[in-house]
Amino acid sequence: MKVAKRRYLAVEIDSTETFVSRQVMDAVWSAVTKLFGEYGASQTGLSLINYDEKKKIAIIRTWHKTLEMVRAALASITQMENKSVATHILAVSGTIKALHCRLEEEHSI
Amino acid sequence: MKRVYADLHFCIDVESKPCSCAVRKAMKLGYGLMAVPFRRFSEDSVRQTKRLCEEAGVDFASRVDLEPRTPEELLVNLRKLRRRFDVVAVLCESKVVARQAAKDRRVDLLNFPQPDFRRAIFDDAEAELASGCMAALEIDMKPLLTLGGPARTRLLSNLRREAATAARHHIPIVISSGVSDEMHVRGPKDLAALASLFDLPNMQALNAISDNPAAIVKRNREKLGPKFVAPGIRLVKRGKNS
Repeated sequence: MKVAKRRYLAVEIDSTETFVSRQVMDAVWSAVTKLFGEYGASQTGLSLINYDEKKKIAIIRTWHKTLEMVRAALASITQMENKSVATHILAVSGTIKALHCRLEEEHSI
Repeated sequence: MKRVYADLHFCIDVESKPCSCAVRKAMKLGYGLMAVPFRRFSEDSVRQTKRLCEEAGVDFASRVDLEPRTPEELLVNLRKLRRRFDVVAVLCESKVVARQAAKDRRVDLLNFPQPDFRRAIFDDAEAELASGCMAALEIDMKPLLTLGGPARTRLLSNLRREAATAARHHIPIVISSGVSDEMHVRGPKDLAALASLFDLPNMQALNAISDNPAAIVKRNREKLGPKFVAPGIRLVKRGKNS
């Protein structure tokens, strides 16, 4: 049986406001549903692995096949709880460990 | 070789304070080349913006956005401004202006602001004219971020048709941000992912943010340089008359 590959994304929430993890994931789900509908959103397998409120960095998991969909949805986020916000993908990796290594190497986080 | 990502439509106001933050953010997101549009030629503004970009570590290209109402106005503007800017873009608001811009070799970018979704200016005839010249189709991504609901749906449909027309006629596509607000700046790979919404394959989208705009700037800098004589001919060395 072919194992479906996963991708982990480190997403920076760029805003002067602070948000809790539920608000972040609500915004992500809302963006995915707006762009690809409920059917498309159901294929992404999105889940929040970790959210650092201080550093404003979320680690999100999705399937390798739907990575570009999630990327597009994340780029389309301009508001969170009616506050202006931008999301930037800092790194993408196949394992959480490698993702942390990459964040440390490229962004010193 | 590592790609150099370029944003040829970074609409910042040099006099405003958040401008340097936006440039630094663009650099942090991975852009290596930025073109800032000017409505008219002002040496001070160009120099100031160039210094700002150089401080941030980004290559700067000057750009002019022409918004003529008639083809004659376009020709006058081109004659006046072509040699002063690295990139010349024409914002085509009407079909006659678009046709003139498409057949003029001095025009680098054809930009179609989308006021009316039913009126398609970039059609096959326009693309045919543009394919004979050096012009590329520029797609601004800002409306994709700012619009929502049915307006965004119609915009995506239009962009899909324009991108397909450009591909049929082998016209290079340039994806630009078109943003003036720091919060709308997105990374190059994010813009490429957004381009997949109008069915642009990922590799083509990445070329539209890196190779295509970089080629335009390189070509024009060469032309504006002192050693350029004609396409394919350049001055290597000056000799003495014997």
